[in-house]
Amino acid sequence: MKTKSRRLGKNTKNDLITYGIVIAAFVVAEVMQATGSMSSLLRGLLVPLCMYSILAVSLNLTVGVLGELSLGHAGFMCIGAYASSIFSVCTRETITEVWIRFPLAILVGGIFAAIFGFLIGIPVLRLKGDYLAIVTLAFGEIIKNILGSVYVGYDANGVYVSLESESSLAMGADGTLLINGPLGLSDVPLDANFIIATVLLLLTLFVVLNFMNSRSGRAVMSIRDNRIAAESVGINITKYKLIAFTLSAFFAGIAGVLYSHNLGYLAAKSSNFGYNQSIMILVFVVLGGIGKMRGSVIAACILTALPELLRELNDYRMLIYAIALIIMMIATASPKANAFWEAHSLKKFISAKKENKPAKEVQ
Amino acid sequence: MKKSMKKILAVVLALTVVLACFAACGKNDGGETDNVIKIGSIGPLTGDNAVYGTAVRNGAELAVKEINAAGGINGMQIEFKMEDDVCDAEKSVNAYNNLIDWGMDILVGTVTTGACLAVAKKTAADNIFQLTPSASGDDVVSSDNCFQVCFTNSNQGSASADYIADNALAKKVAVIYDSSSDYSAGIYNSFKAEAAVKGLEIVAAEAFTADSKTDFTSQLSKAKNAGAELVFLPIYAAEAASILKQANDMGFKTQFFGCDGLDGMLDIDGFDGKLAEGTMLLTPFAKNASDDTTKKFVAAYEAAGYADDELNQFAADAYDAIYIIKAAAEKAGVTKEMSASEICDALKGAMTQISVDGVTGSAMSWKATGEVNKGPKAVKIVNGAYSAME
Repeated sequence: MKTKSRRLGKNTKNDLITYGIVIAAFVVAEVMQATGSMSSLLRGLLVPLCMYSILAVSLNLTVGVLGELSLGHAGFMCIGAYASSIFSVCTRETITEVWIRFPLAILVGGIFAAIFGFLIGIPVLRLKGDYLAIVTLAFGEIIKNILGSVYVGYDANGVYVSLESESSLAMGADGTLLINGPLGLSDVPLDANFIIATVLLLLTLFVVLNFMNSRSGRAVMSIRDNRIAAESVGINITKYKLIAFTLSAFFAGIAGVLYSHNLGYLAAKSSNFGYNQSIMILVFVVLGGIGKMRGSVIAACILTALPELLRELNDYRMLIYAIALIIMMIATASPKANAFWEAHSLKKFISAKKENKPAKEVQ
Repeated sequence: MKKSMKKILAVVLALTVVLACFAACGKNDGGETDNVIKIGSIGPLTGDNAVYGTAVRNGAELAVKEINAAGGINGMQIEFKMEDDVCDAEKSVNAYNNLIDWGMDILVGTVTTGACLAVAKKTAADNIFQLTPSASGDDVVSSDNCFQVCFTNSNQGSASADYIADNALAKKVAVIYDSSSDYSAGIYNSFKAEAAVKGLEIVAAEAFTADSKTDFTSQLSKAKNAGAELVFLPIYAAEAASILKQANDMGFKTQFFGCDGLDGMLDIDGFDGKLAEGTMLLTPFAKNASDDTTKKFVAAYEAAGYADDELNQFAADAYDAIYIIKAAAEKAGVTKEMSASEICDALKGAMTQISVDGVTGSAMSWKATGEVNKGPKAVKIVNGAYSAME
């Protein structure tokens, strides 16, 4: 047993711990639900927690692995949400089995977001640093504003699109309105549940972590670390940048699918798909540690649950939340705090215990 | 060895604290033994739309105080709690779940349409009775447990077109609306449809979005050049105030007509009330109105010490909502032994049988679909005050 685990690479071991934490959290949540000791608030938060974790992990792929600051992540989430919701609404009558319809919706949402990620990535990834951040921010806003005001309907003659009003669609009498402008889609099937959300989170982690350890992932990281050196050894910069960016958009799209199918209602507003949301996701990534997927998941969960658990404080809730955020940032990022955690880490504690009884281990 | 024991103890203690935190969340229900009925509400208490949520809280609290002082509903005292949703659908659902943990029997909410659509799905699934004071979207009441105090958007749009046409206010109408707001776009859609029926000509339909709501000169000059005799403003007061000011600056003299969103325009800081002179609006509530119910409500509101600039239609809707629930609960004979789901079933039946005289309308009654039946009131701003139009 001991020798087997030694043979596992350091990365693999680390990844397994990450999966283990997610699975353990899932089991605890399921047990709490089964025994009825979970509050409605927490039960309602389960899917959003998974969703924000997926978002954080996917953005961490762009920010931590590719090393580019993207501020338009909520835009990809928005595309995934809209594409999948339209799919689910249209196929609600034809595909009645949720276990077939929802995975298809997830694929549709992810693929649409990936296509847009690819298309937007072509011009955007030519830029660097601050410029790239601002342009992604602009694209995110464009997506939100267009989807937040478009009217889409269909009848026997085809599909109608208008940016003006419902009546200017001029549909036939049999026409069905799909997207009602700023009202969005008011009746998306409630297909998302905690099990699917957890599976999606595990899948996201699995793909992203393995991508990091793959040939492509190492190429992407070499671009991050030294672009000129990477280019000089023959790495196709544009290709690998696009791979990482598209993959990141794909998972953001999946998070969008969870968002709309969990709420049952979808409209593109500043509060859910605006730049504030993009920055919130970036906060998860920065707090969890850039390039550290496990940290992203934990930070996303804490920062999503915290304002809800602080509801007892009423009007002071957001103030306390802001202070808690500052304290957490200092506690995780300042050099002194880091030195303290190093000195008191669990790893050190375990290895210290091992050293105490080395003789037994050898036998 | 001793040191490591201490560390283990520390970790175990930390875990216990964390678990205790989570466990504490779980046991808030129960407490049904007290003679109370718990009414919850959800709305934006912080953020851009906080004025609406705060108004609803004030109005509802005022009604709760009055009813409790007068003996409660069927002898039960009302306990009222409002949760913040920052006008976001996802946060609204969290707020709703929090209220369920609190033991909510009836929901008066939510304040805004988007959040209401998401929460209505949850109340339908949990069978909780829901009465929204101010969410005016048409789809809000699509489930049978949800009722509205305010008009639906489409109702307001067609009523406005009817009013303009029937009173021959104008033939050529321009519309300036917020295409990013469901409220504004919803009214515009039905206004456009009804205007075509009534023979009104929409000579200009100019949109703006929430991101660009300060400069309206291009929209106004288009309306002016198109020869509009009346400008229809299905928008909120803050933007309407800018429009009136800019229209005055460019010398565009015309009639302005709005819906309940314009209520509160006279109280906007820095807005010259003279500019609003002659503006007409369809609103169920105007605080300067001279009828007795409004006067009584305004006096009670001010006596309770709430901020005057939060006294708007939302406060009146919420005030009425609590009294409507009282009327329905008394009709249905709701008792403290009933569960939230039983209360919901009882109230659903009672809502279609009651008729309530409130601040926002007299003899309000409800269809089974959840929409309210009440006459729209048109008011005109004359000498800096609202006066009822015939």
